[in-house]
Amino acid sequence: MDISFVIEKFVLVAIIFGISLVIAMYSTYAERKVAAFLQDRLGPDRAGPFGILQPLADGLKMFMKEEIIPTHANKWLFMVGPGLAMLTACIGTAVIPWGSPITTAAGRIIPLQVTDINVGVLYIFGVVSLSVYGVMIGGWASNNKYSLLSAIRAASQNISYEVAMGLSIIALLLVTNTMSLKEIVEMQHGWHWNVLYQPLGFLLFIICAFAETNRAPFDLPECETELIGGYHTEYSSMKLGFYLFAEYINMFVSSAVMATLYFGGYNYPGMDWVLTQVGPVIAPLIGTAVLFAKIFAFIFFFMWVRWTIPRFRYDQLMHLGWKVLIPIAIANVIVTGIVIAIVEKF
Amino acid sequence: MEPLTSKKKILIQKPLNFAERMYLPALGKGLAITISHFFKKEATIRYPEVQREMSINWRGMHSLKRDENGKERCTACGLCALSCPAEAITMIAAERKPEEKDLYREEKYAAVYEINMLRCIFCGLCEEACPKEAIYLDGPIVPSDYLRKDFIYGKDKLVEEPLVKK
Ligand code: SF4
Ligand code: SF4
Repeated sequence: MDISFVIEKFVLVAIIFGISLVIAMYSTYAERKVAAFLQDRLGPDRAGPFGILQPLADGLKMFMKEEIIPTHANKWLFMVGPGLAMLTACIGTAVIPWGSPITTAAGRIIPLQVTDINVGVLYIFGVVSLSVYGVMIGGWASNNKYSLLSAIRAASQNISYEVAMGLSIIALLLVTNTMSLKEIVEMQHGWHWNVLYQPLGFLLFIICAFAETNRAPFDLPECETELIGGYHTEYSSMKLGFYLFAEYINMFVSSAVMATLYFGGYNYPGMDWVLTQVGPVIAPLIGTAVLFAKIFAFIFFFMWVRWTIPRFRYDQLMHLGWKVLIPIAIANVIVTGIVIAIVEKF
Repeated sequence: MEPLTSKKKILIQKPLNFAERMYLPALGKGLAITISHFFKKEATIRYPEVQREMSINWRGMHSLKRDENGKERCTACGLCALSCPAEAITMIAAERKPEEKDLYREEKYAAVYEINMLRCIFCGLCEEACPKEAIYLDGPIVPSDYLRKDFIYGKDKLVEEPLVKK
């Protein structure tokens, strides 16, 4: 293994980590702005021009707050919870291809992906399921009935929706025939986006993504009206900050996954023409910009939905997950399989 | 029983049809409504910088007026304090000295004039009672403060700025 490879990867990891933190930070700001605009308000606009320093002020506030660990809490787990939430939120970005490989003038090919493992989809899936552990451990360690209820809800909700999500991915894998995210993206060259072949699968996936990230209308684990703050009721200071932050990073990662799996990743119509115009160094960067535009569009959609749709009731949530989404997902798999078999035959 | 009015309306709750049970059309409708608000002008007024235009009979902070020569009009008659339903006004009268002739209009004037803004209900009765047209509630909103004692406004805050001599 040569040293430049290590440096290259290290820089890439650092950049991606930095970008996801900054995006999560500004998602909090964007969330408040979007909420304000959707409600004919202005939103935060005092800290800096248009309030763009608001996330920094919020972060500072979080740091300055008193750190409280309840006497009856399990201290060790109480501290592990937020860290785990943050960790699982961050490692998902490792397999996402952020752009097509850059070919430098020296002939070096720099892939804009930290690692291309051949079970990338499974990896993402695993990481997403791990993310519930942060919530569960935090809720359990708080030794508070509301936190515990919230942790139970989070666990059962995630398990329920993982099934439907997995099934919707199976239909996608039938189409793509590979689990490597890089190959899936390359398959969607130009405008051959998977959403055109799997519209129903995408719909299922995005609904499940809302549930997995605990976003409204599926934010039952932290519904203020029923459970005070949910699993982070007992948390304060930066530990609370970590939980809130992890939620936004999760949103960013799932937006990136949706853009990659269904909306062509860094592909866009007319990319070949652009490649001939600007050369092999700039073109991948344009692709990366396109990918980020898609991600931001998804993040905006997440927020838009949050300020539109009221929260589901718990029984409605379970009804939707088990009795509606899973049968539809199974039907989708079967129909996709049959269509593919017919297409291959003729 | 015979209905008492002709306004009785029988409501029938129809079972949801397929499109309604799908939930998605309604979802789209809701999203369309919220996004339409995204582009609407916001109702917020950035308060300290931009101020809402008040109606002409708006009653704000009091000001003690001066006459056209810049002399204080108030003669400390106490009618405002008497008429005040909230008992917010107190004053101490004093006699004008000869050299103060161009400071106060009448021979008697208010040496101390205080309004407790926490008591005042901005009814405007003081304004109505005043025989000398010395007090008007034409100022801005009374600003907030931290201590009760800071809400007792003396003459330093109430009396109009002196006229600028040209
Ligand atoms: S406005 Fe009414 S309450 Fe206020 S000082 Fe005048 S009379 Fe009293
Ligand atoms: S403000 Fe008017 S009513 Fe009040 S004491 Fe002065 S002159 Fe009399």
